[in-house]
Amino acid sequence: MAPRFDPSNLPETEEEIDFTDIEEKYQLSFEEGFDNVVVVDNVPLVDDTKEEKLVQFLRKIFKNVGPIRDGHFVMPKAVNERGKLMSKGFLFVEFETAEQASLAVKLIDGFKMDKNHTLAVNRFTDVEKYSNVEEEFVAAPAEEFVEKEHLKSWLADELGRDQLVIYRHNEVQVLWNMQKEQPQVAHSKPHWTETYVQWSPLGSYLTTFHAQGVALWGGESWKKIIRFVHPGVKLIDYSPNERYLVTWSNEPIVVPEDHYDGPFGSEDDGNQIAVWDVKSGALLRTFPSLAPPTPGARSTVSWPVFKWAPSERYFARVTPGSQISVYEAPSMGLLNKKSIKVDGVVDFEWAPLSAADASGAGVKGSKPKDDMLAYWTPEVDNQPARVSLVSIPSQDIVRTKNLFNVNDCKLHWQNQGDFLCVKVDRHTKNKKVTYSNLEIFRVREKDIPVEVVEVKESILAFAWEPKGERFAVITTSDPNFVSATPGSTTLKTSASFYYLDKGKGKDTLQSFKVIKTLPGKSCNTIFWSPKGRNVVLATLRSQTVWDLEFYDLDFEPLEAAGAKPAAGEKDPSAYLQLLATGEHYGVTDIEWDPSGRFIATSASVWRHTMENGYQVWDFKGQLLYKENLEKFKQLVWRPRPKTLLSKEQIKAIRKNLREYSARFEELDMASKTQVTDEVRKRRRDLMEDWTKWRKDVESELAYERSASGQQAPVINSADEEAEVVDEWIEEVIDEKEEIVG
Amino acid sequence: MRPILLQGHERSLTQIKYNREGDLLFSVSKDHVVNAWYSHNGERLGTYDGHVGAVWTVDVNSSSTLLISGSADNTAKLWDVSNGKCLKSWEFNTAVRRVAFSEDSKSVMLITEPRMGFSATLQIFDVQNGVEGPIASEPTVIFHPEGPKITVAEWGPLDKYIVAGCENGSVALIDPKTGEFVSRNKVHEATITDLQMSTDKTYFITSSKDKSAKILETSTLEVLKTYVTDTPLNSASIMPKIQEFVVIGGGQEAMDVTRTSSRQGKFECRFWHKVLEEEVGRVRGHFGPINTIAIHPDGRSFASGGEDGYVRVHHFDDDFFSFKFQI
Repeated sequence: MAPRFDPSNLPETEEEIDFTDIEEKYQLSFEEGFDNVVVVDNVPLVDDTKEEKLVQFLRKIFKNVGPIRDGHFVMPKAVNERGKLMSKGFLFVEFETAEQASLAVKLIDGFKMDKNHTLAVNRFTDVEKYSNVEEEFVAAPAEEFVEKEHLKSWLADELGRDQLVIYRHNEVQVLWNMQKEQPQVAHSKPHWTETYVQWSPLGSYLTTFHAQGVALWGGESWKKIIRFVHPGVKLIDYSPNERYLVTWSNEPIVVPEDHYDGPFGSEDDGNQIAVWDVKSGALLRTFPSLAPPTPGARSTVSWPVFKWAPSERYFARVTPGSQISVYEAPSMGLLNKKSIKVDGVVDFEWAPLSAADASGAGVKGSKPKDDMLAYWTPEVDNQPARVSLVSIPSQDIVRTKNLFNVNDCKLHWQNQGDFLCVKVDRHTKNKKVTYSNLEIFRVREKDIPVEVVEVKESILAFAWEPKGERFAVITTSDPNFVSATPGSTTLKTSASFYYLDKGKGKDTLQSFKVIKTLPGKSCNTIFWSPKGRNVVLATLRSQTVWDLEFYDLDFEPLEAAGAKPAAGEKDPSAYLQLLATGEHYGVTDIEWDPSGRFIATSASVWRHTMENGYQVWDFKGQLLYKENLEKFKQLVWRPRPKTLLSKEQIKAIRKNLREYSARFEELDMASKTQVTDEVRKRRRDLMEDWTKWRKDVESELAYERSASGQQAPVINSADEEAEVVDEWIEEVIDEKEEIVG
Repeated sequence: MRPILLQGHERSLTQIKYNREGDLLFSVSKDHVVNAWYSHNGERLGTYDGHVGAVWTVDVNSSSTLLISGSADNTAKLWDVSNGKCLKSWEFNTAVRRVAFSEDSKSVMLITEPRMGFSATLQIFDVQNGVEGPIASEPTVIFHPEGPKITVAEWGPLDKYIVAGCENGSVALIDPKTGEFVSRNKVHEATITDLQMSTDKTYFITSSKDKSAKILETSTLEVLKTYVTDTPLNSASIMPKIQEFVVIGGGQEAMDVTRTSSRQGKFECRFWHKVLEEEVGRVRGHFGPINTIAIHPDGRSFASGGEDGYVRVHHFDDDFFSFKFQI
């Protein structure tokens, strides 16, 4: 606090008065005084005669930027060696404000006056700043090495449990799946995110969303690892190996003129998509959103805009109707400096890499396999619709297939890249009836043969078995299908499973055949276990049905296990078994855990407010755990990275499964008895506490009662009356006898 | 055993109560009628007619001679249980929300609503003359309790206090002689919908719209037990004998019911272990929210009244009596 003014204690002379506070307050900052001055270089050298003309010309240019202060358009002159007064080739211009000065730098820098004179405009302060840079390079002091936490620590869990994240109300929790018990909290934090959370594809990072950007968290202590500033970010997408991150905001990037220390530069102004390097946190490039096809139309974003090649070397986006732009990473440059022009292109998908491809790419010296993408173009005039496979970076077209009477196509790659299934929605000639069929490209074979699987009905859902040669489709012939808005009515559907029949001999053709068709269902979505074999068919987005059906495709019937059927005669449908049916009221989302052992169904408040919460089932369809949580929003399993075991190692483990399972069964038993002991002890304690408390209170009440002279109410007499009620029961028996009589 | 369905009301039930012996069950509803039933077979003993508004509350004295009912027609009526005669009708400025006989049955406490400028009142009338005698028209005491609106109230042990549950989720002890708040404790997040005493009145259970029920010690208002459910609760009751259970019930708000399926409404009576705070079972049946629950004094049966207009009387099966919690 400033000392109070005291007239009796005034300083004797002016020197003694302390003016520092006033000086501080009104001090002029000289350094900032030149912010509105720019220096213009490369001005033609002129003498007196031409000076006025040049000055007039230059003034005209700079006037567009803003008013120039009177008398502050200075062109210094000096006598040159020939004794002639000449201009020095540069001039100073002072504007009203610093903003105008920076605008001048932006607009006029690089202005071509003539062949030899390109104006260079710089801020005066910049010239000062850069001329003061030390001549000699001084290395920045090396930052001390701080060891980072292990990002994959959760994989070292002794029990091999999986993690999941639950977002409810405003609290985010990372939990261990405890099967039949309440999941154990690994880390929790209120207000961790503002909109939702997302795992990176290999599970290393948890992404949270904030108004200013996204933050990545991980490691054992869940510290913030890095953040990416992108105001208003709504959607993100990782590259397959977590090296790059693509963010999208509905607000175009605004780069403020001054004092901005964000990652964006002036060239990023107005862009909506940003690509980042996850490890370094550096901004690699920004892209504008595509303009809507017709001006004024609502632009819709189909995310991800950029699809990554599995090798992470390329990423691409489609401009519907005209081209596919493939960019290289990490240089962010357009491949071959131009987009691939494809008239009418609607959509494309990258071919996934098989495990063998991926491991081959890691070996030094071996040339990584080319990436491949598939795209399709609709029918235009007399041109048939067409599906094409293109190799990248060579851009060779590997295979094309023409299709007719096409309404729509969907490209489904099997996750190893072995097969591409194109689901084609077609119409009859008069366009009255629609139906679907499947065009399956066998990519690994020579010349990529295409097989057509005719499906008479409309296909609602299609899914490949991960790593397998089977797929499931859900079809419908329900007349409501075309007109109905999703969710309003529950469609009658049927589910079919297909497998690749290898044929008996070597020469016979391979073909996809139906294992079994299950009619009269209501399901509309297919969820394959990430390990294959098991599949869950579910009815989602319905308002009356919430069925879940658990199937096993390699179920061994008891008889078959004893006496193996003759080779080649096995009927695949015998191995298809419905394991269980379940129901989760109001289910909105379903996700398998990465190990394929458990499946979580959840009802999110984002879709409706009825009975929000989640349930955990095992692959057999047994309900393990269920929790209803108010304002429950999201449940996501933490993904696991790809296995490091080779095929042979996995096979060996599978063979010796008994040895391993014995150990885990023991663990399970131990934990079970331990838990019940705990529960029992807790219960005993509670009961003891209660009886003790009751005794105290009862004696106290009895004392008070006698003190106040009131008699205790005869509660015990009720017991005798209870016997009277027993007699009533006897009378009822009498009535029965009358009925018999 | 199959429940007995008492179909004597045309509108939703508001309160049901057993007499001390448990042979009679009294029910009141929004349809203006007060019904008396034989609890063992569901036969109707009779009705008490006279109210012209929804009846909110009912109570019977310990000798089962007097019945009091409080109604939205701004009256409370005292009835002769045996013949249905109205012995006395007190008129107030606002609706009567809660009535209760004291432990000695000599006086009766009434809570009236605050409305249209009239403040809430707590009034105590002398009824010790009983069926024979003249009943006082004026209350022996009348208080105007301040603070949040009282929704439910009961007499404490030895009539030392009146325990009141309030709209803001707090419970309070009121001295019946001075009308002052002795203590107050905010135990719930939302309005308290029911408050029932244990047999010796040393502890009581509250149910609340905040989806939980709690057991509190009467003298200290300390929370002893908490039962958290997934639905707003309308009633809770303590089982006096046989099993250490409490029964709680409720359901989605009546106005929301049409938007949900019956499975969704959670119109079940839930049985919780009183001490261990673990749910042990549920009884379904109502197709509307459960508004009121009462347990027979011998602990062998219980009754629930719902928004659907039915009272369901359940007699427990044999395995209920032999059930033992693993400890």
